[in-house]
Amino acid sequence: MLKTLTCIECPTGCTLTVELDNGRVTSVTGHKCPKGEAYARQELESPVRILTTTVRAEGLALSRIPVRTDRPIPKEKLREAMGEIRKVKVTASIVQGAVIISNLLDLNVAVVATRGAGKYP
Amino acid sequence: MRKRELVVIGGGPAGMAAAEAARNEGVRDILLIERDAYLGGILNQCVHTGFGLEYFKEVLTGPEYAARFIGRIEADPQIEVSLRSIVVKLTADRRVAYLKRSKLEEVQARVVILATGCRERTREMIHIPGDRPAGIFSAGLAQKLINIEGLMPGKRVVIVGSGDIGLIMARRFTLEGAEVRAVIELQDKPSGLLRNLVQCVEDFGIPTYFNHKITRVYGRHRVEKVSVARVDEALQEVAGSEFELECDTVLVSVGLIPENELLEEAEGKIAEEAHKTSIPGIYICGNSAKVYDLVDWVTRDSEDCGRAAAKYNLRG
Repeated sequence: MLKTLTCIECPTGCTLTVELDNGRVTSVTGHKCPKGEAYARQELESPVRILTTTVRAEGLALSRIPVRTDRPIPKEKLREAMGEIRKVKVTASIVQGAVIISNLLDLNVAVVATRGAGKYP
Repeated sequence: MRKRELVVIGGGPAGMAAAEAARNEGVRDILLIERDAYLGGILNQCVHTGFGLEYFKEVLTGPEYAARFIGRIEADPQIEVSLRSIVVKLTADRRVAYLKRSKLEEVQARVVILATGCRERTREMIHIPGDRPAGIFSAGLAQKLINIEGLMPGKRVVIVGSGDIGLIMARRFTLEGAEVRAVIELQDKPSGLLRNLVQCVEDFGIPTYFNHKITRVYGRHRVEKVSVARVDEALQEVAGSEFELECDTVLVSVGLIPENELLEEAEGKIAEEAHKTSIPGIYICGNSAKVYDLVDWVTRDSEDCGRAAAKYNLRG
């Protein structure tokens, strides 16, 4: 059976045509680069997304610290992940890349700061 | 009045790239004027990924992309960064007046690069009729409120326009627990990237109404509902197609407009030739020159602009 989807790996957004046989991906066409083929397989077998959001900060030069997961997480875990991240409050100065949550939802994925902030001047 | 070789107005991705390129081309004295408390411009509120795929071949968030430039610029003794400084006047003979800590400073530049970015088209500009209650925001303002201030602009949102900022905010609002009721798009396809339609709207089951427009906003003190109608090929309302959507927030994402008040007051215009204005020695780059889809292209073009400005500096 054939399925079409849009690749989200880069701004091009290639239209991918995927052949499925008993739920397994047997061929991918339409991608302009190898990332498209990998995306199609992942998306149809177990869709994942990078999560980006902000966490509360107190006593720092910024009110909110932007964060990201260091790897994509299962799409169905996004809401639960947001719940965990919402509990965090950063009170010590941090650098970009600092680990905010070391193991998110036991997925072996870290949540890291994408922007540093010093103490409130 | 202090003389400077190059004055760059705006410390976002365009201004930073232009300043660095000019410096690498031999300009020894650069003043980079930024109105905010930090460099980075609009990238600071773009907490999502999608930046740097072309320029760095990496998947970066806005702040991460900005940091690649900020670190180098802050460490560079030939680039003086003036934060919390807002330029209030630019003259055709390249005098730049700016306010810093309530004091008016003035410098005489040999070359000026404008990198002031753009502004958002508003509800008033597209003539959405109806009441004028609280709760109507441009998508970028909502983004700043959520990502920089940590405030939630509303709980039940209708988004007008399918530009990238609106699509990105559809996801952002949803992740923060709000209900995005719909995206309303006048044309038959999204004006933003297809990838954003997928990862910001379809991912969350948010209905998108193509070929539709908002016909009226209702609300006494706060938005209460909007009416929506289908439009035909001539963009006229189709009779009988109107329906209502209850909401407390309307997000407007209908395009960006380059910000060039300083240039206009100097009686200048953007020239045909890339990066030039009608005033010799005043250059322009980034979103204030033309609206870009990707910051990677802003960096690439702004570097060209910095080099052109450097050449002018040598010639005089």
